[in-house]
Amino acid sequence: MEWVNAVLQGTLLGGLYALFAAGLSLIFGVMRLVNIAHGDLIVLAAYLGLTIAVGLGIHPLLALAIVVPVMAALGYALQRGILNRTMGDDILPPLLVTFGLSVIIQNALLMGFSADPQKLQAGDLETASLTAGGLTIGVLPFLMFATSVAVIGGLQWMFYHTALGRAFRATSDRQDVAQLMGLNRAHVFGLAMALSLAVTGIAGVFLGIRTSFDPSIGGSRLIFGFEAVIIGGLGNLWGTLAGGVIIGIAQAVGGQIHPSLQLLAGHIVFLVILAVRPRGLFPKMEG
Amino acid sequence: MQVTRSSPASRAAAVIGLLIVIGLVAAPWWAGRADLRLMGEIFLYVSLATLWNLLAGYAGLVSVGQQAYVGFGGYAFFALTMLAGIPILLALPLAAVAGALVAIPVATLIFRLRGAYFAIGTWVVAEVFRLIAAQTPALGGGSGASLSADIVKTLADSRDLREAIAFWLALGVMILTVGAAFLILRSRRGLALTAIRDNELAARSLGIDIWRTKFFVYVVTAGMTSLVGGLIFLQKLRISPDAAFSANDWTAFVIFIVVIGGIGTLEGPILGTLIFFALRETMAELGTIYLIALGVVAIAVMLKAPTGLWGLIRARTGAELFPLSRRVTGLAPMSRK
Amino acid sequence: MPDPVLSLSDLDARYGDFQALYGVTAHVEPGEVVAMIGANGAGKTTLMRSIAGLIRNAPEAIRWKGQAIGRLRADQVAALGIALVPEGRLLFPSLSVEENLVIGGQLKRPGPWNLSRVYDLFPILQERRNQQSTSLSGGQQQMVAIGRALMSNPELILMDEISLGLAPVIIKQIYEALPGIVGQGMSAIIVEQDIAKALSVSARVYCLQEGRISLEGRSDSVSRDAISRAYFGM
Repeated sequence: MEWVNAVLQGTLLGGLYALFAAGLSLIFGVMRLVNIAHGDLIVLAAYLGLTIAVGLGIHPLLALAIVVPVMAALGYALQRGILNRTMGDDILPPLLVTFGLSVIIQNALLMGFSADPQKLQAGDLETASLTAGGLTIGVLPFLMFATSVAVIGGLQWMFYHTALGRAFRATSDRQDVAQLMGLNRAHVFGLAMALSLAVTGIAGVFLGIRTSFDPSIGGSRLIFGFEAVIIGGLGNLWGTLAGGVIIGIAQAVGGQIHPSLQLLAGHIVFLVILAVRPRGLFPKMEG
Repeated sequence: MQVTRSSPASRAAAVIGLLIVIGLVAAPWWAGRADLRLMGEIFLYVSLATLWNLLAGYAGLVSVGQQAYVGFGGYAFFALTMLAGIPILLALPLAAVAGALVAIPVATLIFRLRGAYFAIGTWVVAEVFRLIAAQTPALGGGSGASLSADIVKTLADSRDLREAIAFWLALGVMILTVGAAFLILRSRRGLALTAIRDNELAARSLGIDIWRTKFFVYVVTAGMTSLVGGLIFLQKLRISPDAAFSANDWTAFVIFIVVIGGIGTLEGPILGTLIFFALRETMAELGTIYLIALGVVAIAVMLKAPTGLWGLIRARTGAELFPLSRRVTGLAPMSRK
Repeated sequence: MPDPVLSLSDLDARYGDFQALYGVTAHVEPGEVVAMIGANGAGKTTLMRSIAGLIRNAPEAIRWKGQAIGRLRADQVAALGIALVPEGRLLFPSLSVEENLVIGGQLKRPGPWNLSRVYDLFPILQERRNQQSTSLSGGQQQMVAIGRALMSNPELILMDEISLGLAPVIIKQIYEALPGIVGQGMSAIIVEQDIAKALSVSARVYCLQEGRISLEGRSDSVSRDAISRAYFGM
C-alpha cells in the first residue's frame, strides 16, 4: 500500500513539474529559445505571490489573480526589451543572456528577501484530504494536479484551435514567411514569452504553497521541468505532462526506498531515458 | 611571399610573457603570503575561463555545468590522498585522468541533447555528481571532509614552502591550460573547431567529423577542469558538496569572465579574469550586488559587444597576442589577368 | 500615364557583405502585370524579397504610392497591401491547407478575396482543406501559396517562380487562373524562367542581369534578340 501511495503522490507531484515544464516547452516550440532563467522566474513568482498574499492579507490562490498578469507583462517586456535582440542562428547569446538573468534574479531575491526559507500559507486547504480505499489524497495536491491538466489542455487547445496558436505555429515553422503574413515576429515572440511566464506564475504560487522556498532553488526547478520536456519529447505538451509525472513518480518511489535517494532517482530515470530513447517518449518535433 | 602566424605584437607578447612568467616563478621570494594566494586563485580562474572558452567559444559546447568537473576533481583528489594514500603530486594528475575518463560516458549521453538543451544537460550532470558526493559517507557525505594535517605535511614541512608549492602548481596549471588551448587551436583539430564554429554545415561538407572533434574537446576539457578542481581544494584544504559543485563560483563567474573578456579569443579569458579580480578586490564588501552588477555587465556586453573587451581592442588595433590567425606577408601586388 | 503604385529608384540590395542588386530602377502602374525575367542568380528573388520587406533597404529606394517603404519590416509592408508568393512556395508545414489560407488573411484587409473565392478558384483545395499542407502535390501546394497571398487582398502581388518544379499541365492550369486573379485592379510582378509564358501574361517586361536592369520594354513588342542580349549580356 505504501508503494501505491508513493506512486499516487508522485503522480500528483508530477503535475507540478509539468507546470514548471509547460512554459519552457512553449517558448522552445515557438522560438527555439531555451530560457535558463526559467527556474528563477518560477521562484520570483513564488515571492511575488508571497508579497501579495501577505501584503493584502489574502489567500495565496487569490493572489494568482495578480501574479499571473504581472508575470505575463514581465514576460512580454523581457522578450521585447532584451531577449528579442538575442534571437538568431547563434545559440550562444540567448543562453548567456538568460544565464545572466538567472544570476541577477537569484541575487536580487537574495537581497530583497534574504536566504531564509519562506512558505505561502494556504490555511485549512493544506491539511484537507480525501480518503478512499486506504489511500489518502490531499485536496491541495489534487487541486494542483487538476490545474496542471487544465492548463496543459488549455495550452494545447490554444495552440491548435485559435488564431494566436496558428500564429505561434506559423512563426515556429518559418519566421520570415510568417512575417509576410503580417505577423510581427517580435510581438509574436513577446506573446509567447508572456504566456510562458503566465504559466510560470501559476507554477510559482503552487510551488510556494507546497513546499518552502528560498532564492537558490530556481536551478533545480528548471532541471525538473527540463527533464519533463525531454522525457515527453520536444514540442509535445501532453508528453511533457507524462514526463513530469514520470519524474514525480521516480522521486516519490526513490524517496520511499531511502529519503536521500529522492532527487537522485528522478535524475537517474531521466538519464536512463535519454540513453535508451534520446528523442523522448513521444517526440513531435526536431530539436 | 610567406604565410606566417606571428606578428610584431605577438612576438613582443611572447618575450614579455616569458619575462612575466620568470617573474611569477620567483614570486614566493618577493610576494607576501596573501598576495601569493590571490595570484594562485587568479591563475586557477584563468585556467577555468580558458577551458570554458575552449568548450563554448570554439567548440560551440555551451556548458553551464562545468562545476561537475571542478567538484569531481576536488573529490577525486581528496579520495586519492585520504582513502588511497596516494602522494599529493601524483594524486593531482590522477584526478585529471579520472575526470577525463568519467567525461567519456557523460559525453556519450549528453551529446544526444542538441544546442541549448545540451547546456541544461550539463547542469543535470553537475547536480547528479553533487547528490552522489553528498551521499558518499567515506568523503564526509553532505557535510564534507578536510585534508588532514599529516597528508598536507607530505607536500613540505614548512608552511611557506607549502604555500609556494601550491602557488607554483597553480602557475604551472595555468601555463599548461593556456598552452594546451593554444596548441589545440593551432592543430588540425583546432582548425576543424574554428571551421565548425564558423559554419557547421560547411565543416561537415569538408569531411570534418564534428561529433568526434567536439567529443575530444569535451573530454580533454573535463580532465583539465578536474585538475584545476583538485588544485582548488588543495588550496582550500576542505571540501563539501556545496562548495565543490557551486554553480556560482565555478560556472557563473567563469562565464561572466569569458563573456566580458571576449569569447572565442585566447586573450579574452585572461583579460576577463584580471578585470574580475580587480573588481572583486574593490567591490567585495558589496556581496550580492557585485554578482548582480557582473550579470548586468555580461548581458550588456553580450548584446552590445558580443566579442567582449578583447574583441573591441582587437578591432581597434588588430592586436593578437597569441598568433593564431595566419597572415600573408611579402605578397607582391599582382596584376589581374 | 497614371502615377505608379510601386516605384524603385536606385535600389542596391545586399545579403550581408554580398551585393545582389545595383541601382535597380523600375515601376509598376495600377492594375499592371509586369514580368521580371533573368538568368539564375541575376537577383530576381532578392528583388522580390526586398520589395516584400524581408531585406531592409534605404527607405527612399522603394516607394509605395509615394510613401518611402524601403526600411519597413515585412509585416508592415504586407499591411500596406503587398503580398509575396515566395519561391519554393514555403507553406507552413504544421498548418492545414485551410489554416495556411486563413493565416494569409489574418491582416483582415477588405476586398474581394476570402476563403470561398479561393476555393472557387482552386476547387481541389476545398477537398483537401483539412490535410497537412505538406501532403499535397507540388501544384496543389503552389495553389495554396497563391491563395494564401490572395487572402490578404493585396493591391500588388509578387509571384516568384510559381511554375518552378511543376508539371507543364499544372503550370498551364495555374496560368489559366491568372486572369481571374489580376486584372481586377490588382497589380502584379511575375518572376518567371519561362520567357514566353512571362511575356504572354504581362504588359511590360524587365530583364535583370547580374543585379542590374538590362532591358525594359512592352511585352508584345520586345524582340527575341533584345531579350537574349539582355539575358546573357552578349
